[in-house]
Amino acid sequence: MKTLSKIYVALVFIFLYAPIAVLIVFSFNDSTSTVVMSGFSLRWYKILLADGTTLKAVYNTLILAVCSSVISTVLGTAASIGIEKYKKSIFRSSVMAATNVPMMNPEIVTGVSMMLLFVFIGRALRIESVLGFATILIAHITFSLPYVILTVLPKLRQTDKNLAEAAQDLGCKPVSAFFKVVLPAIMPGIVTGMIMAFTLSLDDFIITYFTSGPGFQTLPIVIFSMTKKRVKPDMYALSALIFLSILILLILYNIAQVKSEEKIKKKRG
Amino acid sequence: MENNVIIALKNISVTFGDNNVLKDLNLNIRDKEFITLLGPSGCGKTTTLRIIAGFVNPDEGEVIFDGKKINDIPPHKRQLNTIFQRYALFPHLNVYENIAFGLRIRKQSEKQIKETVEEMLELVNLKGFNKRNITSLSGGQQQRVAIARALAVKPRVLLLDEPLGALDLKLRKDMQVELKNIQQRLGITFIYVTHDQEEALSMSDTVVVMDSGVIQQIGTPIDIYNEPRNAFVADFIGESNIIDGVMIDDCLVDFSGHRFVCLDKGFDKNEAVDVVVRPEDVDVTEPEKGMLRGTVTSVTFKGVHFEIIVDIGGFKWMIQTTDYHPEGANIGLYIEPDAIHIMKKSEYSGMFGDYSSFSEEFDELSEIDEEEEE
Amino acid sequence: MRRSGTGAKLISVPYVVWAALFIIAPLFFVVYYSFTNAAGQFTLDNIHLLTKYIPTFLRSIWFGIVATLICLLIAFPTAYIISQKSDKIQRTMILLVMLPMWMSFLIRTYSWMAILQDTGLINSFLVKIGIDPVHMINTGGAVILGMVYNFLPYMIMPIYSVMAKLDFSMVEAAQDLGSNRINVIRRCIIPMSIPGVISGITMVFVPSVSTFYISQKLGGGSFDLIGDVIERQFQQSYNYNLGASLSLVLMILILLSMAVMNHFSDEGEMVI
Repeated sequence: MKTLSKIYVALVFIFLYAPIAVLIVFSFNDSTSTVVMSGFSLRWYKILLADGTTLKAVYNTLILAVCSSVISTVLGTAASIGIEKYKKSIFRSSVMAATNVPMMNPEIVTGVSMMLLFVFIGRALRIESVLGFATILIAHITFSLPYVILTVLPKLRQTDKNLAEAAQDLGCKPVSAFFKVVLPAIMPGIVTGMIMAFTLSLDDFIITYFTSGPGFQTLPIVIFSMTKKRVKPDMYALSALIFLSILILLILYNIAQVKSEEKIKKKRG
Repeated sequence: MENNVIIALKNISVTFGDNNVLKDLNLNIRDKEFITLLGPSGCGKTTTLRIIAGFVNPDEGEVIFDGKKINDIPPHKRQLNTIFQRYALFPHLNVYENIAFGLRIRKQSEKQIKETVEEMLELVNLKGFNKRNITSLSGGQQQRVAIARALAVKPRVLLLDEPLGALDLKLRKDMQVELKNIQQRLGITFIYVTHDQEEALSMSDTVVVMDSGVIQQIGTPIDIYNEPRNAFVADFIGESNIIDGVMIDDCLVDFSGHRFVCLDKGFDKNEAVDVVVRPEDVDVTEPEKGMLRGTVTSVTFKGVHFEIIVDIGGFKWMIQTTDYHPEGANIGLYIEPDAIHIMKKSEYSGMFGDYSSFSEEFDELSEIDEEEEE
Repeated sequence: MRRSGTGAKLISVPYVVWAALFIIAPLFFVVYYSFTNAAGQFTLDNIHLLTKYIPTFLRSIWFGIVATLICLLIAFPTAYIISQKSDKIQRTMILLVMLPMWMSFLIRTYSWMAILQDTGLINSFLVKIGIDPVHMINTGGAVILGMVYNFLPYMIMPIYSVMAKLDFSMVEAAQDLGSNRINVIRRCIIPMSIPGVISGITMVFVPSVSTFYISQKLGGGSFDLIGDVIERQFQQSYNYNLGASLSLVLMILILLSMAVMNHFSDEGEMVI
């Protein structure tokens, strides 16, 4: 039973990682083939780093992810605080229903519906090409907001609802009581929400695809247009680099988490 | 007496939705006293406390502090502090910073803050806990930090909202003594909210018994126990047998088919009254020697005594006795005049004091924490 | 009663406005475009045209169901095995399950082309050991494989998180009462992990039904799914009105299937 389960899990992981392994291996291929290794070389990495469009796309993607995650975190946190105050009401349940829409709807429908809105507004205002950074940013904020709200809201519910009152009781004005006491208490939820918003934005292709124009291309869009033709291994090189950086980030994050847990244990002991 | 009133509530009414939480409530609180608001959940005791703290504005009535109306003064400007039910300690700050919180708001010097915090830590027996994380503390320790944090800003009045509710029995008893000591040592007013009558009786100078938004009785613990004003108070404070009776004359009352000599006067002749007899005040005798006779229907061993339920003419009495009487035994009851307390009939008459459906679980169930309705 | 907190309620206003503008309004535009033509006049033409796409819808649903079932079959034992490991190993394995999701699904799907091609890695290996090559790419199976590959983590994660929280003393109690291993799994673990299975099914089914890239790359264009048709209306033929009506149907379809799932999950709880 034990060995059987080990083999099973191993097969699942081989399935999950086979394509990734293939592209990492062939990113070092000397030729353009993605089937036959004809020799080790770093030429695709050199080509990649010399390619302006790709680097520009990486830059665009990061800028977009930073902007959309910051804005959606601020908007979403504020929204959560307001929603939490409403308790049980029609207003609250309808806001929450609206919040669930982007999470339940297929991404393609979300993308298409926003595109229709933007195109309509563009026509109404006679803007030549309405799709661009602004529309992608709006779209990314929109699909990130539910995730922020759904991580902050439970955190708010968990915190002692007397916290703000306790601070006021000790002499804080209501607004500063919020910043001094409530905000730090829900900070973990806010940070989690922000990280989610950031990674969702980095990774999104489908919604971006429908709301972007030629003026502003993110990395997934560039990759998409390249995979329309025959992919050259420089894309593989790029993916290998992305994989490596995510791996490093995750390992660092994990180490930090383990360390902080040990710290808590020590403090208690 | 009137002179040293520190807080006065005048004609306070509060409604949440269609729920009248407080109805025309009047209460004077004297300086330096330990006063307890006692009542079942939903009686309005926590709301009363929150009105004093400033978290709830009454729909009607005045809140007077030190002779001045404070209805419109926000909580952060009031000279009183609260210990919250679940402590509401700031989880992102350590013990030291929690206690220093109010002092920092008041922009005190670092040296002053340190002095006060150390003093407070000593007061609540938490010396050396400065750097500890709040989440690493036990319930009792968190309780102490909450007390230290509130007292650090030197309030004239401390409001405590069921502060011991989350602690286990042993710790609760210790903390009761400790809180009383702190109150006496600092000489400040404590306004204490609880649903635990034992806690109220053992700690307070004054007990305010509340039910459904109305004060039922105000008095010293002894008064409240010995001279309950109505069936609700008699039942809520300790165990009581409450029997319908008729006042024949001063110091003579008829109930359960027998005439008893008592000490109460001033009722109309033949006035219907509620008669209270505490279970511990009844003596068990041979059937033929008793003023009343009945059959034991259940026996519970309680350690110090037995608690027996006795059927007397269809009415079930609870009696505490040190002697064992088996189920089904016929016994006699003897009641001294000073064990009988007569109350005027009230809206609560007939609702309490009959042990025919007695079960301890009912008591446990009614002790669920008061959740404020909002 | 006067109470504080109205100020706090007001700060949700920006979000409410945002949601109205960018979540609710776009849905109205889907409806609006569905029932108008390019000139903006009311028409039912788009709805009539939909009949042409019934086979595509049916294929999408069929592929979605098959991919979801395969995901469930693979994910359930995987999640169970992971949940039995020590905390440290659990954490590492879950990271490994999630890691591929952080990479562009386009490039990972593309990579499958290299593996499945007629002259690809698997076939070159088969030829080397003397077996005839198998035609895999541009088949329905390849499309489903792409779906399973891309969405498998969405099935493992929710099932795992339910299982990780299961109180295993309950399992021990079942063993104590005489259940054998198979019975424990059948009578305890499966019913208790139903909430995770339900959310896993929706998380896999929704993107599978609506995907548009996987079938283009691994199906070679002969297995058009509804997502591909919608994408083409917006990015190639610029028939927004038809695209909108297709999206509307897809949306209603998904909502219906979710309602069915929720119904099942309620009953599932009662079965326990």
